[in-house]
Amino acid sequence: MDDLNLGHHISRQFNEELEDIRNKVLQMGGIVEEQLGRAVKALVEGDTRLAKQVVTDDYRVNALEVEIDEECTRIVARRQPAASDLRLVMAVIKTITDLERIGDEAKRVARMVEEELNGAMAEDVRHELEHMGNLVREMLRMILDAFARLDVESAVRVVKADNRVDVKYVSITRQLMTYMAQDPKSIPRILNILWAARALERMGDRCGNIAEYIFYLVHGRDIRHIEVDDAVIGIAAEQDRTRG
Amino acid sequence: MNDSTQLSLDNMAGPAHEQPVAKMREATVRVKDLNLFYDEVQALKNINLDIPDRQVTAFIGPSGCGKSTLLRCFNRMNDLIDGCRTEGKILIAGKNIQKKKVDVAELRRRVGMVFQKPNPFPKSVYENVAYGLRIQGINKRRMLDETVEWALRGAALWDEVKDRLQEPAFGLSGGQQQRLVIARAIAVQPQVILLDEPCSALDPISTLKVEELIHELKQQYTIIIVTHNMQQAARVSDRTAFMYLGELIEYGDTDQIFTNPDTKQTEDYITGRYG
Repeated sequence: MDDLNLGHHISRQFNEELEDIRNKVLQMGGIVEEQLGRAVKALVEGDTRLAKQVVTDDYRVNALEVEIDEECTRIVARRQPAASDLRLVMAVIKTITDLERIGDEAKRVARMVEEELNGAMAEDVRHELEHMGNLVREMLRMILDAFARLDVESAVRVVKADNRVDVKYVSITRQLMTYMAQDPKSIPRILNILWAARALERMGDRCGNIAEYIFYLVHGRDIRHIEVDDAVIGIAAEQDRTRG
Repeated sequence: MNDSTQLSLDNMAGPAHEQPVAKMREATVRVKDLNLFYDEVQALKNINLDIPDRQVTAFIGPSGCGKSTLLRCFNRMNDLIDGCRTEGKILIAGKNIQKKKVDVAELRRRVGMVFQKPNPFPKSVYENVAYGLRIQGINKRRMLDETVEWALRGAALWDEVKDRLQEPAFGLSGGQQQRLVIARAIAVQPQVILLDEPCSALDPISTLKVEELIHELKQQYTIIIVTHNMQQAARVSDRTAFMYLGELIEYGDTDQIFTNPDTKQTEDYITGRYG
């Protein structure tokens, strides 16, 4: 079933409820995007004031997560959704968990900035981190867009983009290890930077998770723990078979 | 669930007089190219499906889609309707039940049916269950007693009625009456049990008891249920068939039908959309 038309229920109220949770996910995604953008900016510019703002604003993400979660529970209890409706509710429940975690990771990055960074970051590392941060931001933007449009192709691109983030993370780690070897006294501060890079890498993974939920929502196939290319080929083959 | 409603399968292997019941029940129902007409109106269009043994198969679909008509084919209940004729084959345990020479009374013993409204006979609880045996000529008191108890236990009703077996069946509640009718159906040891909206006249708790009973019975019988209650189909069945305008649109594992149906029509129906 590719043709998800999420409206058109006989119960208009049910339409509205499903539309509402979808919109709230996008709203939550928007806030997380903003948090991530500010955290990366704070990290790159060493802006502790902005970092503090990120930490304080995390509650907005958390509050929305709880609210959407409750709404999903209510829909399950009252509507007993089936098929694509059920998959939407399940996908939403999982997506908001990952979004909330991305929010947490943004907060973690901000905390690192607050704690100790000034002067600790070499220019090349800063440049690399900025690049990595932008990659993750782009992934998040794409995945929210894919969620809004139920666009599996974009979702698959996000899964693939995650590889670039992973490569970046490895390269930053290597760089930081060199600095640590050169100046052992700097290790505590450099570890902070490493944790920030690690947080960005985790965010990329979480965007990849959301991509998997979108795939599930649209195709009804769980592609966790399998290669995304295999999943795409599998669906195409299946569609060919159905068309006869 | 308290003791009185606890379902017991201890005695489900068959009444003592028939033990051991070694008969293999290979009652897979197979429908091949089935067409059914009410005069000029075609009510079933080229139906093909295999119904697995000892599983619950649910037929769902809007009113008038042909699901009850299809169900009634399995024990030739449609024979009673003037102007109704069928084409194609229905094999039960490998035998085509469409053939003229088929003993319909015997077929209906092998393929029991339970209707929407409980229809106990105006007799005692005991005689309702014993009825099928009596018409088979079984009158030995001990044998009847054993079978009645076994069937009532199988229908999860024994504990509730054991002290009032001689009272009129109409004195039971609707849910109890429905389970009594199921006991009457299983007393003659059918291979297949057809349930035509068995819970639509019952309250939610009685419904759950019947559903639990269905779950227990499928270990012994092939069960086919027609229901308008989609959640019920999702709860009780292993396989689900969606019918629309006399056609079988989709037939598959219940898990798949309710999470990821193949066709848009099925999707629209089970999610409550207009097509």
